[in-house]
Amino acid sequence: MREFGYERALDVSGAVALLAEDPGARPLGGGTNLVDLMKTGVERPTLLVDVQELPLGDIAFTPDGGLRVGATVTNSDLAAHAEVRRHYPALAQAVLAGASGQLRNMATVGGNLLQRTRCGYFGDISKPCNKRTPGSGCPARAGEHHNHAILGASEHCVATHPSDMAVALAAFDAVISYETSDGPGESAVADFYLPVGETPHLETALPPGALITGVTVPPAAVAARSRYRKVRERASFAFAIGSVAAALDVQDGVVREARLALGAVASRPWRARTAERALTGGPADAEAFAAAADAELAAAEPLADNGYKVTLMRNLVTAVLTELAEEAAR
Amino acid sequence: MTTTTENTTVTGAVGSARTRVEGRDKVTGAARYAGEIPFAELAHGWLVLSTVARGRIRSVEDAPVREMPGVLAVLHHENAPRVDTAYMGMLGPPNPVVGIFQRDRVPFMGWPVALVVAETSEEARAAAEALVVRYDEEPHDVGFFAGHAGAYTPGEPAMEQADTEKGDLEARLREAAHVVDEEYSTPEEHHNSMEPHAATARWEDGRLDVLDSNQGTSWVASELASLFSLDPSSVRVRSEHVGGGFGSKGLSPHQVAAVMATTLLHRPVRVVLTRRQMFSLVGFRSPTLQRVTLGADTGGRLRAFDHQSLSLTSTVHEFVEPSANVGRTMYDADAHRTGHRLVRLDVPTPTWMRAPGETPGSFALESAIDELAEKCGLDPIELRARNQPEAGPVSGLPFSRRNQLACFEEGARRFGWAGRDPRPGLRREGRWLLGTGMAAASFPAGAGASTAAVTAHPDGGFTVGINAADIGTGARTAMVSVAADALRVTPDRIRVRLGDSDLGPAWIAGGSMGTRSWAWAVRLAADELRELLALGGSVPPEGITTRSDTSEAIGALAQKERHAYGAQFAEAAVDVTTGEVRVRRLLGIFAAGTIVNPLTARSQLVGGMTWGLSMALHEEAVRDAASGGYVNADLAGYHVAAHADVQHIEADWVDDHDPEDPVGIKGIGEIGIVGVAAAIANAVWHATGVRHRRLPIRPDRVLAAAEEARQRAAEEPRGA
Repeated sequence: MREFGYERALDVSGAVALLAEDPGARPLGGGTNLVDLMKTGVERPTLLVDVQELPLGDIAFTPDGGLRVGATVTNSDLAAHAEVRRHYPALAQAVLAGASGQLRNMATVGGNLLQRTRCGYFGDISKPCNKRTPGSGCPARAGEHHNHAILGASEHCVATHPSDMAVALAAFDAVISYETSDGPGESAVADFYLPVGETPHLETALPPGALITGVTVPPAAVAARSRYRKVRERASFAFAIGSVAAALDVQDGVVREARLALGAVASRPWRARTAERALTGGPADAEAFAAAADAELAAAEPLADNGYKVTLMRNLVTAVLTELAEEAAR
Repeated sequence: MTTTTENTTVTGAVGSARTRVEGRDKVTGAARYAGEIPFAELAHGWLVLSTVARGRIRSVEDAPVREMPGVLAVLHHENAPRVDTAYMGMLGPPNPVVGIFQRDRVPFMGWPVALVVAETSEEARAAAEALVVRYDEEPHDVGFFAGHAGAYTPGEPAMEQADTEKGDLEARLREAAHVVDEEYSTPEEHHNSMEPHAATARWEDGRLDVLDSNQGTSWVASELASLFSLDPSSVRVRSEHVGGGFGSKGLSPHQVAAVMATTLLHRPVRVVLTRRQMFSLVGFRSPTLQRVTLGADTGGRLRAFDHQSLSLTSTVHEFVEPSANVGRTMYDADAHRTGHRLVRLDVPTPTWMRAPGETPGSFALESAIDELAEKCGLDPIELRARNQPEAGPVSGLPFSRRNQLACFEEGARRFGWAGRDPRPGLRREGRWLLGTGMAAASFPAGAGASTAAVTAHPDGGFTVGINAADIGTGARTAMVSVAADALRVTPDRIRVRLGDSDLGPAWIAGGSMGTRSWAWAVRLAADELRELLALGGSVPPEGITTRSDTSEAIGALAQKERHAYGAQFAEAAVDVTTGEVRVRRLLGIFAAGTIVNPLTARSQLVGGMTWGLSMALHEEAVRDAASGGYVNADLAGYHVAAHADVQHIEADWVDDHDPEDPVGIKGIGEIGIVGVAAAIANAVWHATGVRHRRLPIRPDRVLAAAEEARQRAAEEPRGA
């Protein structure tokens, strides 16, 4: 049988040492994605470093009033946390929109950020995939791609990032911290996922052997008025075909600040900065919201069967921003 | 959420709600399934499937794999035992996929090319994945579309009557006041039973003993005997607990592989399929392309009826998804035509899957009927009521009991159908447009010859031996009730043995005929035993046994159209800006003869209706044209309805007593799914004003349709 080692790490430095020693080692959180991929042969780690016992399971305020979420906090605990729900409702909603109750009880924040695409070609080792086997080709462009990327993709890969949580984190300027054998490091969520280009197999800015230790969400008053909405092909337990994390500060009918990130449209959570710029200082009405969405989606390059996502995202952005504006007016 | 039937008077065990007799064993894990029964010296087989969609095997490079840890054997076309596939089985000639490792030809992606047997399942899998198979690949065709040049009319044995026709269709259509002429499509769908297919085979005292998960042990035993040229009495197949079948659990490559390996290795061999392997090895429902043409007079009476269906099959075996059969008994017209066409592609062979024919057929037909009601300006129930046939539209035979209207009436009352505004696109609740729809359902009520034995024991207990298959439906519990009433004793005195080919032949769990067939045999034997015991005298230590065989009684049954009926009602909410569809309510009312066990019957019907919802909104196997294989061959990619998709769902029935029927039971295995997808699609139309004729009704399709409708509306000249 395909053998692999298993070590339970008791402290971060021990975990990092184990990961540094063996390039085939992978950290194991809840295992909700990694173990599945091991069963299908997509992932073949030589060593699993179980990080669930590490002291990274807390959610705490930072001195400046932001939140620090440990890497091994489960999705369920994050979504249920009273301060998260109060200050960053879109984050709690995004986490709750993911997977199923059973999976959320197991899945961790670190693992959620590092989960792999659910592209059907990626998950089937009998088929070519540039992300899994660089240079083997991408059958999705000419094949089944109705739930693939419309933004930031390349001819080498059109897969989307599956996380809901990361979309909300992108909207809130969250920063991922990690530890390596050479010391700690950090990366904004917006920069964490690498552009696809010719190297779709290189997915994140995480250095080799690094372990994610947590996520810091900076304080933002606007985040308290935020929302996450996800559209999927069944009512629960499915990945998004389009999602929106949005926060809106409206005063006297004018948008003072807007945060907008889109999910299921790109290889990473798509921070919609073009739309944010278009919104800021403008009227808080549906027409302006739709125009902002159009500005962001002008860069979309849909394939034969995923053009609906342009319409979907335009409608979804408009609807969510309209709801937030209506709430602000109350 | 369901409600209980209140209007039925129950005097015996039949008709009263009873929990499954093996329920405790199942929830505590004490019930063992075919893949978990321990054996000493058990070896494990792992199938290797082709990675090309068409071609020839050039070489199976098994030498390195034979050296891998634990490997006992590698079977493939160059070394496997020969089997005979040129026999006629109980349901026709065998699917050649069971003739594994007999030749080098590969007719589809996922065809079995080798079996690796090892000491452990993990070792077998590792070796199977390491096995290099080289192919001479040939171009493949997996494209299923209207107008495929290869389409042909299927004949026997796949289908007795592909076409039926009476009257002058063109003439009647020309005269019709209202015409509907539309195309409908359903995708490839898979059974995905919870328990994967699994078999353990061994030779025991000169007999082949197979522990399996199937829908009929006599059936599988006879197929194995034919395939391996064995005396039928030397094959025993047992299947005590089955985690779902839905039409997919007959003879499949895994049993054949296990038998081959145990024969060579002289030790028990188990072969279990993976979920991914099930997609290409155990059958599926063919996609369908259907065209329905209806012509009605001003009163909504059908004058012209045409239902044509195209489905696919493999290049090695014929299977027809008989979608156009449903109209042969549902609706009559002066001119009436039905037809089936088939196209051979480089894909696995489809098979029976929950209400074969009726399921996709009723989607097309009951959608078209709804469109006709719209054109005629009639309520959909009223249109259907005006078109209830007097006799079988094709057969001309009388109906035994056609209780369709009672289902409509009870369903309309419970659903609150009266006063429904037929106009679409008018009801809004926040971002959701709301609509309601309904559809009719029917499924044949047949019986298959069965034998049973009932034994009275000196302690006052009884053992019923009936080779039924309890595939999760509660067959064992149903037979307890049937026997208790026939023997006029309490159910706690009855023990039922089933799922063992040594019990003698009985009908399979299929065709919605299981309960009707088995109950008939059990009742005959139990009636005779009761009369015997009534004569007095003591029961000897070995007991008193009576036996029955229903072959004659079934043969003597008058020729009639015998069906169960139903009415499906749905309320849908649609957000046309995101394409999301939610089914808020489903109500199914059925007329299906005597309901043996209301508890398990309701489960079966609600399960079928849930599947219909899943079919309407979610299920779709996607094939990749380039490789010829699936891109969503697991339950993450192949969506079935989740709990959150199933909101308020209710199933119930009307009294459906037929004094002329010797059994009274009609069977409820399949009718629950029939018509549900149409009822939902009709509700989506009522909500949005857009017809969805292609399943599943996915968000991208709803969005595209809404966009099209919007553009059409914008292009229409003002004031038109």
